[in-house]
Amino acid sequence: MTVIDSGDGTILDIKNLTVAYQQAGEWLEAVREVSLRIQGGETYGLVGESGSGKTSLVLAVMRYLEETGSIRSGEIHLGDLDLLALDDNQLRQVWGKQITLVPQNPQSALNPSLQVGDQLIETLRHNLNLSQEEAERQAVEWLKTVRLPDPGRVAAQYPHQISGGMQQRVMIAMALCTDPQLLILDEPTTDLDVTTQAVILDLIRDLTQEQNTGILYVTHNLGVVAQVCDRVAVMYASELVEDAATQELFSKPLHPYTQGLIDSIPRMGDTKDNIQLRAITGQIPPIGEAPSGCVFRTRCPVAVDICLTRPPLYPAGESRYSRCHRWSDIDQGEISAHQPTPAAIPEPIKPDSGQHPDLKVKELTVHFPLLRSISDWASNRPSSEVRAVNGISFELSPGHTLGLVGESGSGKTTIARTIMGLEEKLSGSIELLEIPLPDKLSRRDLDTLRLLQMVFQNPEEALNPHHTIAETLRRPLIRLSGLSDSEAESRMVELLQAVRLPASYAGRLPGQLSGGEIQRVAIARALASNPELIILDEPVSSLDVSVQATILNLVGELQADLGTSLMFISHDLAIVGYLADQIGVIYLGSLMEITGPDDLFQSPHHPYTEALLSAIPLADPSRKGEPIHLGGEIPNPVDLPSGCPFHTRCPRYLGEICATQAPPWQVAEETGKQIFCHIPLAELSASQENMIAERSKLSN
Amino acid sequence: MSRYILRRIFFLLLTVLLTSLLVFIVTQWLPGDVCRIILGREAGQGAIETCRQDLGLNQSLPVQYLTWLGDFLTGDWGVSFSTGLPIYPVVMDRLRNSLMLALVALVISIPLAVTLGVVAGLNEHKPIDSTINVGSLAVVGLPEFVTGLVLIQIFSFGLRDLGLPSLPANSSIPPGTSFMEALPMLILPALTAMLVLLAYIARLTRAGVVEELKQPYVRTADLKGLPRRTVTIKHVLRNALLPTITVIAISLGWLISGLVVIENVFNYPGLGRLMIFAIDRRDLPLLQAVTMVTVLGFALANLGADVLYGILNPRIRLGE
Repeated sequence: MTVIDSGDGTILDIKNLTVAYQQAGEWLEAVREVSLRIQGGETYGLVGESGSGKTSLVLAVMRYLEETGSIRSGEIHLGDLDLLALDDNQLRQVWGKQITLVPQNPQSALNPSLQVGDQLIETLRHNLNLSQEEAERQAVEWLKTVRLPDPGRVAAQYPHQISGGMQQRVMIAMALCTDPQLLILDEPTTDLDVTTQAVILDLIRDLTQEQNTGILYVTHNLGVVAQVCDRVAVMYASELVEDAATQELFSKPLHPYTQGLIDSIPRMGDTKDNIQLRAITGQIPPIGEAPSGCVFRTRCPVAVDICLTRPPLYPAGESRYSRCHRWSDIDQGEISAHQPTPAAIPEPIKPDSGQHPDLKVKELTVHFPLLRSISDWASNRPSSEVRAVNGISFELSPGHTLGLVGESGSGKTTIARTIMGLEEKLSGSIELLEIPLPDKLSRRDLDTLRLLQMVFQNPEEALNPHHTIAETLRRPLIRLSGLSDSEAESRMVELLQAVRLPASYAGRLPGQLSGGEIQRVAIARALASNPELIILDEPVSSLDVSVQATILNLVGELQADLGTSLMFISHDLAIVGYLADQIGVIYLGSLMEITGPDDLFQSPHHPYTEALLSAIPLADPSRKGEPIHLGGEIPNPVDLPSGCPFHTRCPRYLGEICATQAPPWQVAEETGKQIFCHIPLAELSASQENMIAERSKLSN
Repeated sequence: MSRYILRRIFFLLLTVLLTSLLVFIVTQWLPGDVCRIILGREAGQGAIETCRQDLGLNQSLPVQYLTWLGDFLTGDWGVSFSTGLPIYPVVMDRLRNSLMLALVALVISIPLAVTLGVVAGLNEHKPIDSTINVGSLAVVGLPEFVTGLVLIQIFSFGLRDLGLPSLPANSSIPPGTSFMEALPMLILPALTAMLVLLAYIARLTRAGVVEELKQPYVRTADLKGLPRRTVTIKHVLRNALLPTITVIAISLGWLISGLVVIENVFNYPGLGRLMIFAIDRRDLPLLQAVTMVTVLGFALANLGADVLYGILNPRIRLGE
């Protein structure tokens, strides 16, 4: 069964597709009347937040909906082939040969008990009818094509033995090796670090450039879309709300939701002192609960009476569409679909400098021993250890925000956990309000616990699912703040107000709240004991962009009100740059750079920061930067590189000195920025200026 | 991997040593004086004293323990108080019988239980799944002496009454019977044991299959276009059967020494009945020997399970 080109180059043609799930006897629509057309050689972005229906759309196209889901109406054609007419056996002829998928999480998408090469050989043999020898040869060839070092060795390894980036390359090889008509990429870089993401995106672009493959690229990341897609479709609450060429969509979005999405991304260079993020009010309705008429009207800043009727997908120019009654008003600039711009967050009350720091961390070192052999175990002395944090020092002044940025494995979470008393340090000191903190949580008194609070990455997991919001908040109030029951009750209502939640939420369980709301409860819980310092560990990374902005604004405002010190941990430079007064960039458990937010995007940079900055995909298709590719994989923290920890991957590697001597801390004169590098700052500045001029330009 | 196995063996030795200590202490605590038991109520104080001297019972406990352990390790398991016969050959004969029964029980159980579990797991929540679940649970709920007697009724008496070739109801094989000779007498007790194991293994297999079917790698395999059967056998079962294999290996320990009821119903001379005999007669050396063999059996079965799991699971075999 081969797909015959339907003549006009269309690879995938979706017409009026409606997908619904059966729940308690009712059909809830996850995709409503969506039409899409992908041409050969085209990369089509499908953007939407969680719950928008993009995953259901993809599963329907693959005909891989779960049992409760069903395609209620519409057509899907792959070339001339009617996908909806195929039975299971016929589908299996299409899968793997004509449609392939690169999923979000390569770690779980590969079979843990089969060698990587065998998994690739299997698809080659099955779909191309190759002999075992030929398939083996081609598999190694493909591993080379996706730029895996030493492909012969990788082929014999199991998934757990290679890194996430390498696993994703294997998945890409698997998806491309049968030369499919349609390649579906479902958030392929979401679980990867930004430097790895840059490499994978480049690889996808290069390998598909000269093919006639149509690509459906599903993501929530507008930056990625801007960098790789030719066209973009935006989904919201089961509907396709806007469909346009990438360039047009970003330069002039014609749907208020698209505008809101673009606005809510913090841009590199935005800081809380000069702008407040424009968040979309409210939240995406759960499946089946979208408002009648325009699905976006309840959150739309320009909704009027006509929006009570359902808008059609208006043609809004040459091959572009908007599902907004007022698209032409927006187009002509008569109304602005921007969410109202709030004023900058007021400067918090920051006591005069010269005051004692809230938190002082000195030469903090945390190692995790590995007891590998029986003799290790017997003597309780490890022969090796994971060196997670290696001599990190910083101070946090009262009312200030310290941001820590780093990729996975950098040790940033370990630092937070050690300060909180959840891990034990090997050496160094941590002082809270000039008093050394005991290592063990059990040896800290109630007052210390009260002063030091934390907000975790996954609020759903951090709050007890069986405690109501009231119980969650009341506990620290009574136990740490020493309030009476009735005092706690009224304070609890105030806390809910502070994080903009209605008092009626007190009786609810976490499971009844959305991700953004639960994170607000987690923040309220951290505030309950009136702490001096709150550590926020990736507090927004599991949230959708529009909700992210709301939480970031909230954190900024609360700090301005209360003067709490914050330590903000994230892998996202733009977010840390937005919120922090001082930023530390960490790599392999060592600080590489300490800088203020205004200078974060100004040269000179540490070469690692430079690579990080260059790797961020900008939500602006007209500015395609050349990301700096870091060679190799992040070294194993068991065998730390000598000298500068970054020297094994540094694009500006000087020579032996980097490998043998720890670099000095250099201080930039104008900005006070500190850089841990052998290269003289003037030299760094000179070579970095061009890139910076292009990328650090404040947009909008 | 060798490190993993070495560590397992180390823990096995530690376990066995600790249980040997426990066995020794517990038998010390048992009420009644050993020599009084051997010599009877009428024996004079002098005779008792001589007996205690002979058995080393007047030495300190640590010395007694070490002597006992040393003797045990060198195969000198002493003489049974109640029969006056050397213990070692008796226990070994019973162990051999128990192993034969365990083997037959496993050979009957595994294919059936695993098949039922896989079928149920692949058809989660469908009628066939519920049927298998309810059926296997109903069987496991019955006590072994009931299922054993029912099996005897059907396959011994029932068949014989119909004039058909039947299976023996009494499985009391004499010492040294060869496996082929014993086989007909092993089938009914093994079937009874199978009915106990069946639900356990089948449910575990089903859970494993259901769990693995949800994993994203199954979608990857499906979307390669592989036939459903290949996806199931090559991808799903490879991972889903890992816990099952472990449990089967562990259940070997139970089959060797835990079949007391079944052995009694069928009058089968296995280790379980020997242990009951030893307890009845306060035959301490025999009891200690049987317990130690049982513990070793369990420990070795566990070791086998761990090693097998390690070999089959590359994440352990090659280090995480």
